[in-house]
Amino acid sequence: MVGAGIGILSWLTFYFSDKPIGASSFYASVAGLVGKAIAPRHTASLKYYHENPPKLDWSIVFVLAIIIGAFVAAYTGGEITDEWLPSMWVARFGDSIWLRALAAIAGGALMGFGARLAGGCTSGHGISGTLQLNVASWLAVICMFVGGIGTAMLLYRF
Amino acid sequence: MSQPSKSLLKKLTLAALFGFAFGFLLQKGGVAKYNVLIGVLLLEDFTVAKIMVSAIVVGMLGVALMHAKGMVKLHLQPTRFAAQSLGGLVFGIGFALLAYCPGTGAAALGQGNWDALFGFIGLMIGSFVFAEFSAPLGQTLQKWGEIKSYTLPVMFRAPRSLVVVGSAIVLIGLLFGLEYFFAR
Repeated sequence: MVGAGIGILSWLTFYFSDKPIGASSFYASVAGLVGKAIAPRHTASLKYYHENPPKLDWSIVFVLAIIIGAFVAAYTGGEITDEWLPSMWVARFGDSIWLRALAAIAGGALMGFGARLAGGCTSGHGISGTLQLNVASWLAVICMFVGGIGTAMLLYRF
Repeated sequence: MSQPSKSLLKKLTLAALFGFAFGFLLQKGGVAKYNVLIGVLLLEDFTVAKIMVSAIVVGMLGVALMHAKGMVKLHLQPTRFAAQSLGGLVFGIGFALLAYCPGTGAAALGQGNWDALFGFIGLMIGSFVFAEFSAPLGQTLQKWGEIKSYTLPVMFRAPRSLVVVGSAIVLIGLLFGLEYFFAR
């Protein structure tokens, strides 16, 4: 079962890399690298980037490898989608790419901000933190699903 | 650190291997798909919940055992009640709009869901906006209700092993409940 596989994977990352599985810091690191290229002094002055200097590190390689791993899995399983718009989205909101882009960018921005505020995402808190019995992570993941379920119901059920 | 570049290379090679495995598993588990991810938020498709809960149970048992034997260090984020509840809610709203979370979004992109690229842009914007305000937020919201190393065993004032076993039983019960009541 896939879930058990991810559980075992977390043993390996803890043991061999001294790292919990997590994805969201990738986006902060890449954003920091972009910021460093455009406005190096300003980016360096920010507290978050002072504490987490953006550089090619574990999280960047880890998430880039997720893309490749998923590609190989989809390719071998004949599940490459090659689509800009999910069918379920089109059925509800039409086939405007701009509307989907707007929702996806806004959604991504809220997630990026929320993940940094909470200190992790559905991987870092939702799997890695909860499995360490961290109260922080259980609180965060419950709030993630409360916010997500409420919003999804508004989007698709009313 | 006599050979920092070599140890860095080893570290990044492991990151690549583990990331590859994670992406492979996420895709095979079906959680790179828009419908499956929105499905859990509409309480219609519990694939995501089942994968998360079984990963937590298996991960928890192994990590607890290795920790008890001194083989691994834990990485506990400090509990910050205001930041984690508010951050979680904001994250959740974004989750429903994008449908891909930071990890499954990367898997969705690998699978060919190109709209995940918009999500990447958004995630980077949101992360940078947080960094922009990280100093004032760190002084205010993130300070409220802060407790370091606050775990369930500490909260319940119970031995760690007991809480591990108890949580495993509750979570396995939840898995069977999901399987039984929401079998499609």
